[in-house]
Amino acid sequence: MELKEKLMSSYLAFEEQVDMENDIHNVRNKAIKFFETTGFPTKKMEAWKYTSLNSILKEDYSIFPKKEDTIDYKDIKKYLIHDIDTYTIVFIDGIYSSHLSRTTHDKLDACLMSSALNKSKYKSIMDKYFNKIVPEESMSSLNTAFAKEGAYIRIPKNVSAEKPIQILNFSTGNESALMVQPRNLIIAEDGAHVQIIERHQSLTDNPVLTNSVTEVYVGKNAEVDYYKIQNDKTTSSLIDNTFIKQERDSTCSLHTFSLGGKITRNNLRFYQHGENCNSILKGVTILEGKQHVDHNTLVHHIEPNCESHQDYKGIFSEKSVGVFNGSILVDRLAQKTNAFQSNNNILLDDGATCNSKPQLEIFADDVKCSHGCTIGQLNNEALYYLRTRGIPKKEARALLMFAFANNVLDSVKIPEIKNRITKQIALKLEVELGFNL
Amino acid sequence: MLKIKNLHASVDGEKILKGIDLEINAGEVHAIMGPNGSGKSTLASVIAGNEDFEVTEGDILFEKANISELSPEERAHKGIFLSFQYPIEIPGVSVTNFIKTSINQVRKSRGQKDMPANEMLKKIREKSALLDMDRKFLSRSLNEGFSGGEKKRNEIFQMAMLEPKLAILDETDSGLDIDALRIVSDGVNRLRNKGNATLVITHYQRLLDYVIPDVVHVLMDGKIVKTGGKELAKELEERGYDWLKEERAEMT
Repeated sequence: MELKEKLMSSYLAFEEQVDMENDIHNVRNKAIKFFETTGFPTKKMEAWKYTSLNSILKEDYSIFPKKEDTIDYKDIKKYLIHDIDTYTIVFIDGIYSSHLSRTTHDKLDACLMSSALNKSKYKSIMDKYFNKIVPEESMSSLNTAFAKEGAYIRIPKNVSAEKPIQILNFSTGNESALMVQPRNLIIAEDGAHVQIIERHQSLTDNPVLTNSVTEVYVGKNAEVDYYKIQNDKTTSSLIDNTFIKQERDSTCSLHTFSLGGKITRNNLRFYQHGENCNSILKGVTILEGKQHVDHNTLVHHIEPNCESHQDYKGIFSEKSVGVFNGSILVDRLAQKTNAFQSNNNILLDDGATCNSKPQLEIFADDVKCSHGCTIGQLNNEALYYLRTRGIPKKEARALLMFAFANNVLDSVKIPEIKNRITKQIALKLEVELGFNL
Repeated sequence: MLKIKNLHASVDGEKILKGIDLEINAGEVHAIMGPNGSGKSTLASVIAGNEDFEVTEGDILFEKANISELSPEERAHKGIFLSFQYPIEIPGVSVTNFIKTSINQVRKSRGQKDMPANEMLKKIREKSALLDMDRKFLSRSLNEGFSGGEKKRNEIFQMAMLEPKLAILDETDSGLDIDALRIVSDGVNRLRNKGNATLVITHYQRLLDYVIPDVVHVLMDGKIVKTGGKELAKELEERGYDWLKEERAEMT
């Protein structure tokens, strides 16, 4: 059976598991209808021109995994930022694991989407926030249709979350192939501060397809600092759909570290609904083999006096493929916008590919917008210079690549994340980390 | 310390060095002078191990071992240092991190452990003071946006940190004003000792007023055409290179 048909018939089974009387279910019904008409995206669509999902859609995925939670903390420890105190929300094959999680309702909510969707005390919040900024697109609609579980995080007004919150999705390989669709909702109310770390990780080589949707609401003068760590097996694919709505005087920064996965697609959209917003989108992508990462970003400047900064760096070796399609949309009202975008890539081998496509649509006349993209190779003169100082070729190459990615790593505010990513990169480049950048 | 025998080298098939013989002993300062395009910088690059140049004939011996086949880093590990005519800008790597990495990689090649942090810091302070370098300078990205003089000073700073046995200064005086020239020369002179040697490559004599050579060689058309004492540099400054060309022509 084709995956689309399988999903359509699974939807009927899914309806039996959820409360069909709930308003949420109308949203799901509408979404599945949309998906039914559009189907999966294809390369014929402009936004998917460089990324084909064909190779991952042919697997026979389980849509409803068995509830077998056999994972211990020791199995997942290395994938956590465990050396600092955090709240953790852990899902195993899409199912919440209470014994691996540390949730809270004290001062702030860091808990489950299933509770938020079903419990009446959250109804007013769901009415206000659930699926309000998710565009009708094939993959996000598919997620909405099956929306059931994920992380629900709410930071009340003027509360600063005293520790970061980790959202971790593990797949066990209990299923020969698994499809999961986490649905996250993050609300930072006016003046709230929070740091979020998100990771999807397969524990075996069985194929996994994750299609996640995360809605992030950043209230007035609030600050959200979000880190996505994508360093999965080469048999796992991720379609990440993240939508962020910012109100006035808010800041949201989002770092995406794409270091592994079969196909990774990041649909990242920022909507600025107030003056003086600052949106920061940064990414480091380092791939080898036949891995494929596609960053599809949008910053929609709706109100005046806002800023956005996009900075994506990519290093591609062997036959890996990178895509960057970054859009900046400036409405007529959004005067005095400062919007910057830069995408720099290094291709290390002849077989590696990079497609970079900046897209600026500007309807206001008093703005500063810029974009730049480069695709090049490591500078041989620089390499020689470092080698004459006794730094061996491999380490010299690594040093140059670190230097290349440095200004993205530099803005990471959680040192433990920076250390991990730095170590991961060193591991990929097969060097011992003799330097600290 | 350095012995070059009948060295021929070419780049992209074009012959640049056409039989160089040169011997430098510990404690000596040699200068190589010559007109533009004579092969001075090529000689420096070939000694340092630049892979863009192909050695077609001859040998380079360093402390009696043939280093012709060694990589640039292996030569650096043996104690050869090249101060670049045009140091490369490397954004994203600070001067401090760069020199730390460099020193520790050299130590590693000799089976030594990383230099302890406090020792490293002390050494950086000491050597940067020697070259009158600002502290802020050390945290800047390597050579990025440096003035010509700052770049050269930074080269000599690296030399001071690495304490090479053989230092090759390729046109270190170019781009330096008189004050910077004095600071750089003072630095070079203070680093001189009985155990190390310096090869100064220069177009003009003015650096040699400060770094006094024991031997001066004139390189023309890929060959050393004349060797003399420090007075030869003065003579070249006064008479230019043309008389040497004529002399050569007469000889052939």
